[in-house]
Amino acid sequence: MIVQAIAFYLFAAVTVGSAFLVITAKNPVHSVLFLILAFFNAAALFVLMGAEFIAMILVIVYVGAVAVLFLFVVMMLDINFVELRQGFQQYLPFGLLIGAILLVELILILAGSIAAPDALAPAASPAPSLDQVTNTHALGAVLYTKYIYLFQGAGLVLLVAMIGAIVLTHRKREGVKKQDSFAQFARRREEAVELKKVEPGQGIQ
Amino acid sequence: MAEFWNGYLLPGILILAQILVLVVPLLLAVAYLTLMERKVLAAMQLRMGPNVVGPFGLFQPWADAVKLMFKEPILPTGANKVVFVIAPMITFILALIAWAVIPLGTGLVIANINVGILYLFAISSLGVYGIIMAGWASNSRYAFLGALRSSAQMVSYEVSMGFVIITVLLLVGSLNLGHIVEAQHGGFWKWHWVPLFPMFIVFFISALAETNRHPFDLPEAEAELVAGYQVEYSSMSFALFFLGEYANMILMSAMTAILFMGGWLPPFEFGPTAGVLGALWGFFWFFLKIFVLLFVFIWIRATLPRYRYDQLMRIGWKVFLPLSLIYLVIVAGFVTYWPR
Amino acid sequence: MGFLDRTGRTLFLAELASGMALTFRYMFKKRATVNYPYQKGPLSPRFRGEHALRRYPSGEERCIACKLCEAICPAQAITIEAEPRDDGSRRTTRYDIDMTKCIYCGFCQEACPVDAIVEGPNFEYSAETREELFYDKNKLLANGDRWEYEIARNLEADAPYR
Repeated sequence: MIVQAIAFYLFAAVTVGSAFLVITAKNPVHSVLFLILAFFNAAALFVLMGAEFIAMILVIVYVGAVAVLFLFVVMMLDINFVELRQGFQQYLPFGLLIGAILLVELILILAGSIAAPDALAPAASPAPSLDQVTNTHALGAVLYTKYIYLFQGAGLVLLVAMIGAIVLTHRKREGVKKQDSFAQFARRREEAVELKKVEPGQGIQ
Repeated sequence: MAEFWNGYLLPGILILAQILVLVVPLLLAVAYLTLMERKVLAAMQLRMGPNVVGPFGLFQPWADAVKLMFKEPILPTGANKVVFVIAPMITFILALIAWAVIPLGTGLVIANINVGILYLFAISSLGVYGIIMAGWASNSRYAFLGALRSSAQMVSYEVSMGFVIITVLLLVGSLNLGHIVEAQHGGFWKWHWVPLFPMFIVFFISALAETNRHPFDLPEAEAELVAGYQVEYSSMSFALFFLGEYANMILMSAMTAILFMGGWLPPFEFGPTAGVLGALWGFFWFFLKIFVLLFVFIWIRATLPRYRYDQLMRIGWKVFLPLSLIYLVIVAGFVTYWPR
Repeated sequence: MGFLDRTGRTLFLAELASGMALTFRYMFKKRATVNYPYQKGPLSPRFRGEHALRRYPSGEERCIACKLCEAICPAQAITIEAEPRDDGSRRTTRYDIDMTKCIYCGFCQEACPVDAIVEGPNFEYSAETREELFYDKNKLLANGDRWEYEIARNLEADAPYR
């Protein structure tokens, strides 16, 4: 048990520490790198909880794809820090408000679980215990039965967003010569090359 | 004290020993893979290849290693020091830790986790960080362009690779690599490459792109980017990139062997199946498959010219992605209506 | 039929397969290269390598200090000084070739009336300093002694065509 405790405190400390560094780091690229570290340690915490499927998905989706795009954007953009800091005072109240709301929500959940443990019980463990099925099965069993409409709805939203992104960015330009790979593949030697015997002094007729 | 001994120290030592038993031969394999690549390429180009250091050039990897170790490590003045130093380490470590879940035989695996294939996928998707960090931290245009190309390429090909993996998972019904291999029991026509042949090809080509190998070696395209993200690296930090890259090649071959070619299973049902002999028999077949796949990696390098960047993206997004999606739907239909 | 053929070729990656088959066949072909320090390629009898001053079979040096080679040398790499020897015959006191200037055109051996200065078959005479490439008479005569057999054979082989 002690090893698990040590591991938990280690990962938790690194998560919190790197999350703090995300917002304090001077260099935005460092911020993103710390964000990745935080994601990674969060995944480790999931593993400690026995939710290995979610941990791996977190790493694949957030660390492997989303954060790479973050990093892309941050590296490519030439961010002016002075300009960025100017608005700081102006946006501070909003930031504080959002932070406060999140804090209150967290406190409510915590307080709720202490005040009425029964109310949260079905939501907390709708799945059978880990000894019987792997948590991939358990997750699938819940996701595709109880929450099937919400799941499909989320998928539709993503699909619409994807199509929207393509429609917004795709433009057809006129008068541009484009490579047609299939036409190129389809060409055969017999069609493309003609061997001619050229007599000296005659040239090609 | 006894509890501490039996509960922590002994298993700890055991795990350490397992890791060493796996990693040391792996690094040796990487060293000799470089030699094999040079020899095979030379043979295909009607050359000799390295043949001076030792018989048939067999000590060449050692000579290279010693040379790299004694070179001067150069830190560019404009570089972001910490990130610059960490990047090759990340590449190397990621190439090694993925091996924790690769089963070498029935139950012969360091970490037999239920989501083994997802773990592999996650680790290979992290591989892009070593490259992108190296490219950015070098503070060099060549390196940065190489890193950008590489990350775009890896992210794109991961998508189709993910779908290919899902088709395999649909057939098997488990994320455990051991189960995936066991499901292909019973001769080579039961291996997944038969029912999933197009996906096998797609996976292998994606693996080429994922490891930045020819013909998709745009990140380090010598001709236009001199060496891409590795431009500013020298000495041991370069060697770490090199080792990581080749370890990744072996890893991808092992993954292909496990997913599509029955892992350690022999192509016909013969030979010992249990005990030490059975394990060795399994090793033999697994290593033979990895070897053949690595040979194909090199063979392709000797055959094909480098893709242009837009062609690379086109084949990833417009060919492989739809193909693997369609095949995924087909396989899902088959599995639903004709369950095994 | 053409359409089917084409589609089939694309679908089964026929071009890729034929390319791969080609490289695989090449793997078992004979090597085009030689293992240089141990194996060497053939040299023509006309090969123009390192210079040498030859002697007659009696041991007398052939060069009569006519300075035709010095005159014809387009790179002006040859320097000759001459004096009558004690027995009255005209011989060189100095015969230097600056190998760093030499362009290996072979004019000197064409010009030589007595086949004294020749370009031998040796091409492995790299040196670590420039000074080692400033050949003097002793060095050239030593070369001639060392390579006489090969030089004589080459001259003989080439003689019918001159």
